[in-house]
Amino acid sequence: MTFEPEIIVFACHYCAYAAADLAGSMRLQYPSNVRMIKLPCTGKLEVIHVLKAIEAGADGVYAAGCLEGQCHYLEGNLWARKRIAHAKRLLAEVGVDPERVDMFTMSSAMGPEFAQTARDFTERIRRLGPVPVRPRDGFEPAEAVQEGAQT
Amino acid sequence: MITADRKPFDEIYAMTEGHDRVLVAGCDTCVAICMTGGEKEAEILASEIAIKAKQEGRELTVEHTAAIRQCEWEYLDTIADTVGGFPLVLSMGCGIGIQAMAERFAPKLVMPAVNTNMLGLPQEHAVWLERCIACGDCVLGLTAGVCPVVRCAKSLMNGPCGGAHDDGLCEVVGKDGEPIECAWVLIWERLKAQDREELMFAYRPPKDWSSSSSGGPRKMVREDAMPV
Repeated sequence: MTFEPEIIVFACHYCAYAAADLAGSMRLQYPSNVRMIKLPCTGKLEVIHVLKAIEAGADGVYAAGCLEGQCHYLEGNLWARKRIAHAKRLLAEVGVDPERVDMFTMSSAMGPEFAQTARDFTERIRRLGPVPVRPRDGFEPAEAVQEGAQT
Repeated sequence: MITADRKPFDEIYAMTEGHDRVLVAGCDTCVAICMTGGEKEAEILASEIAIKAKQEGRELTVEHTAAIRQCEWEYLDTIADTVGGFPLVLSMGCGIGIQAMAERFAPKLVMPAVNTNMLGLPQEHAVWLERCIACGDCVLGLTAGVCPVVRCAKSLMNGPCGGAHDDGLCEVVGKDGEPIECAWVLIWERLKAQDREELMFAYRPPKDWSSSSSGGPRKMVREDAMPV
């Protein structure tokens, strides 16, 4: 049986989330493995959100923000990039492959790129296999992260 | 401000060995400002420990909390109930906070998750420079507000050594490999700007080091502020 990873995407309202919408309107196929969490800006993303997703059993996590220089809030995406880099370092020190976490940028007009990114990342995580973190019974990573983000 | 660095993860994780309940306790004052041990960082460390433990199939409950200041008894009371439920506490406070926790909750095991390193000034965002070692006999009034004790690599008290370069840098390179400024060049330049160069030539008796940190813990008492 093919391993179906669960992937959390932290998507910016102004670009990636709209790009996902566009991908849908264009009837583009992308894996249902990606679970989107909308943020007002990827600058809202904290390192703890990435760690909590992995802790809850997500196999991969990525942030999808605006193209560099085009952040609606000027530099939220640049902060997100730094935080993703920091999360990668923290995960590496606890023995989780940092390749499970990444940051991508796109504009709201890039529906096909959104779909391609989702396919590529899903393929990458499928190659890496399940995250070696044992999820708690009945624990849904997407829900857990969303709850965490609301508190 | 007191600054601290988080200990390497492996060192912290080793402290949890043999325990099944661990509390990571942050401190929301100095170590939160230097982004090392506040509530946010405590939650991150707790999550890291949980991820590591889960990979090992280890049953480990890790939670986090934070006190506004771990170095005040009153604030420790606010986390006492939470601390009570855990046999091991990893404190992310500075050395003062860790000791206060260990004393307040004795004989509970309180372990340090950070290395307290200095009394630093935020030079720019995310960069701190040591500015004081709390020697107990301040000379800043004579040195134009530049501390030779901490900023001179040799803690010279009477002017520069021969290792001050023409560009105002010290012959000693900082621990991070970056050049450091000669404290006495800084002092001289500022005294000149203040028109107080004569201070450089004034006789100064040896500095009183009896008030410094050797010779047992120091104690400060304010009789006037004591409760009646």
